[in-house]
Amino acid sequence: MNLDHSVVLQEARVFNETPIRPRQSRLLLAKIVFLLYRGDSMSTTEATNLFFSITKLFQCKDMSLRQMVYLTIKELSTISEDVIMVTSSLMKDMQPTSEITYRANAIRALCKIVDPSMLPGIERFLKAAIVEKSATIASSSLVSSLHLFNEAKDVVRRWGNEVSEALNGKSLSQGSSFFGSSSSQGQVVSTSNIVQYHAIGLLYAIRQHDRMAVLKLVQSFSGQKSGGWMGGGSSSALRSNAAHVMLIRYAVRVMESDSSLAPQLHGLLEEWIRHRSDMVSLEAARAVCQLKDVSDKQLTAAVNALQLFLSSPKAVVRFAAIRTLNVLARTHPEAVQPCNVDMEGLITDSNRSVATFAITTLLKTGNEASVERLMKQMQGFMAEISDEFKIIVAEAVRSLCGKFPSKHGLFLGFLSGVLRDEGGYEFKRAAIEAIVDLAKHVGECREVALGHLCEFIEDCEFTKLSVRVLHFLGEEGPATARPTVYIRHIYNRVVLENAVVRAAAVSALAKFGAAPRADAALQRSVRVLLARCLDDRDDEVRDRAAWGLRMTAADQTRARYVRDDSTFSLAVLERRLVAYCADPHAKSARFDFAAVPRISRAQEEETRHRVRLDAMDQVLTGSTLPATQAAGAKEDAPKSAGAGAEEADRAAQYARQLAAIPELAAFGERPLVSSQRAAELTEAETDTCTSATLCSIRRH
Amino acid sequence: MGHYVSKFTSLFAWGNREVRILILGLDGAGKTTILYRLQIGDVVSTIPTIGFNVETVVYKNIKFQVWDLGGQTSIRPYWRCYYANTDAVIYVVDSCDRDRIGTSRDELASMLEEEELKEASLLVFANKQDMKGAMSSAEVSEALGLPRLKSRQWAIYKTSALKGEGLDEGLDWLVGSIQ
Repeated sequence: MNLDHSVVLQEARVFNETPIRPRQSRLLLAKIVFLLYRGDSMSTTEATNLFFSITKLFQCKDMSLRQMVYLTIKELSTISEDVIMVTSSLMKDMQPTSEITYRANAIRALCKIVDPSMLPGIERFLKAAIVEKSATIASSSLVSSLHLFNEAKDVVRRWGNEVSEALNGKSLSQGSSFFGSSSSQGQVVSTSNIVQYHAIGLLYAIRQHDRMAVLKLVQSFSGQKSGGWMGGGSSSALRSNAAHVMLIRYAVRVMESDSSLAPQLHGLLEEWIRHRSDMVSLEAARAVCQLKDVSDKQLTAAVNALQLFLSSPKAVVRFAAIRTLNVLARTHPEAVQPCNVDMEGLITDSNRSVATFAITTLLKTGNEASVERLMKQMQGFMAEISDEFKIIVAEAVRSLCGKFPSKHGLFLGFLSGVLRDEGGYEFKRAAIEAIVDLAKHVGECREVALGHLCEFIEDCEFTKLSVRVLHFLGEEGPATARPTVYIRHIYNRVVLENAVVRAAAVSALAKFGAAPRADAALQRSVRVLLARCLDDRDDEVRDRAAWGLRMTAADQTRARYVRDDSTFSLAVLERRLVAYCADPHAKSARFDFAAVPRISRAQEEETRHRVRLDAMDQVLTGSTLPATQAAGAKEDAPKSAGAGAEEADRAAQYARQLAAIPELAAFGERPLVSSQRAAELTEAETDTCTSATLCSIRRH
Repeated sequence: MGHYVSKFTSLFAWGNREVRILILGLDGAGKTTILYRLQIGDVVSTIPTIGFNVETVVYKNIKFQVWDLGGQTSIRPYWRCYYANTDAVIYVVDSCDRDRIGTSRDELASMLEEEELKEASLLVFANKQDMKGAMSSAEVSEALGLPRLKSRQWAIYKTSALKGEGLDEGLDWLVGSIQ
């Protein structure tokens, strides 16, 4: 729809006409609401003028016009000034003498414009509306009260009794009126029991800080005959499933805040797992799965229920079940294993979100035998899925590589296969990284993996990926049995590619020339190739070629600049630099780099790899979750990265402590090879605490 | 001429224009009580009007669209939003409130200066005559400065909204003045 803001505002003059033209006015209001919903911004002056024009429509009794007026007032209530001008009119419309449609909508609009200070004035009417027979009116007053609760807690808190009455009484009277003489009333009677849902939400808001009250609320809907102090009165079950779901969540919150109440409520949860409604049953199962201290037996009941839901014809039920299992598999993979066969069936589910969760769950629960089957299935549908989903699969395979290195042949075959298919940068990158991982960590397949990478860069449309692969070839290629194979592939890039790739290729060539294993013939060939690059069109390429030539000339420089890949321990370096900058006396002296321990590239890679493995699991499962959870996963990733840094830091700390002990100082700072986390030798509560750190020291 | 036409057409079921009337005055003067006395002929319990009430009143076969605007200080600035197309203003005064009669006069004066109300007739109700110590209509008239009004049709009536006295007489005058 193409509506112009200023034109619509001009048309608003129609509201000031007498007599009112209801049909025209209604259409115009619809246009205004449309603009507001679309996100058009309206200045305060415009909105206020509009608002006052709209107030004139109250003279018209046309019901559908009045409804649009309510709606528009609600939308304008936050933009326009002086909206309290309609207070009296709305209050009149919410009186018991008006029509139900008027009353419900007037309540909603009134609660939007009312000032907390004016609330006591309308309190009486709202309380009466909450216990109103008509579901429309009761619901609108309950929902409006919930909105008001944030602004005027004290006033709304006083309505607890009315809200309970709506929660309890309503279900009965509404039920009977529905089966009874509802048709004669000529009003719409909802079968959804929405009043209960709204009432339980408001009641919880009012009582959330009183744990016993919430417990009582939960127990009063246990659906069992409860004896004892309640006088043998039977408690009714909730009619609204949505309300029941909320009840389960409240129960879980009680259990979390007070573990002594957990056993009592556990029985209820288990019973609710067997509830006839999918929604309630799913929620109860999910609640059990997410409890902190949950026994295997309790889990089994929940997982059994979820397993049944996996084969539900409704996609949303399948999704809810697989998602819950996915989260559970993170902490209790063995509990989810019984569902493996059902989940494998879901990999080809027409709903891709369900399929994604199925795969990522299976990765956590699968064993070596099932991986082969899993891979075959994935291969089957790679062509028909979107890039986004392909990335998830690639990441999944990457983590599988780490888990089952002996299956490398299978994975490599799969990954090289998908590299040949169409796909975007992110997807290709994920696949490349997976192959690189395999090449690094599984020695037997290194050459095959490098071969696949070489093949990939022969026809690669992404410069960044070519650079990545060339760099990796430079690292790993020289150590292989036949480096000349890779040199040919790399030099092909120099001939055929753009400047960025050429520069990367030249650097890689230089590494081959500088490798310790390089024999004289190989070195000579590399130098010839590099010399040719000196005529390149691009500065950077020529520079790198010149540098490569110079560095490969003598063995001494080679060893120093090309082969020595050790680096400073960054965590320690950072800490020292901070201390150096903070200490005013230190300024006179130069920073002592010799004091910073150096670590080899291998060590650094190892740390990174460990951090990445921790983070990957989170990212992998988080990537398909809704934004909030994904954000949570992202937060986790840096945390684990931080943990890695912390570890390095701890080692340095131990080194310092050891240095402080005179007997050990003689060993110097560097020989600390490994240490363990401090182990408590005594109970933490005793007066003297002793902790020991096991250190192994080189040459000692 | 226009008035005669409207009187004439009002005899038919369609085409009759509603007469637009504003009821104004300070808070607590009895505006809302007067509105509902006119509409349903009975006394209703009222609370201070935050905003306005609008009702249709039929008197002697003429439809009046009556706007009762709140009289609190905070609401008075918004009266002007409703001046357009007004045929007559009913200005209600609490005859017992001698302290604020001056304020009432000032509000009336500034209202009458408005361009949009230039053609409107003015009917003043000296309300609450059932109470002891109420000012007479002459006193109220003098205090509001009505005799000094120029080029305006105006009248003042003693009323008691509670007892329903004086309202019909006032409306009779109104009917005559706008035709």
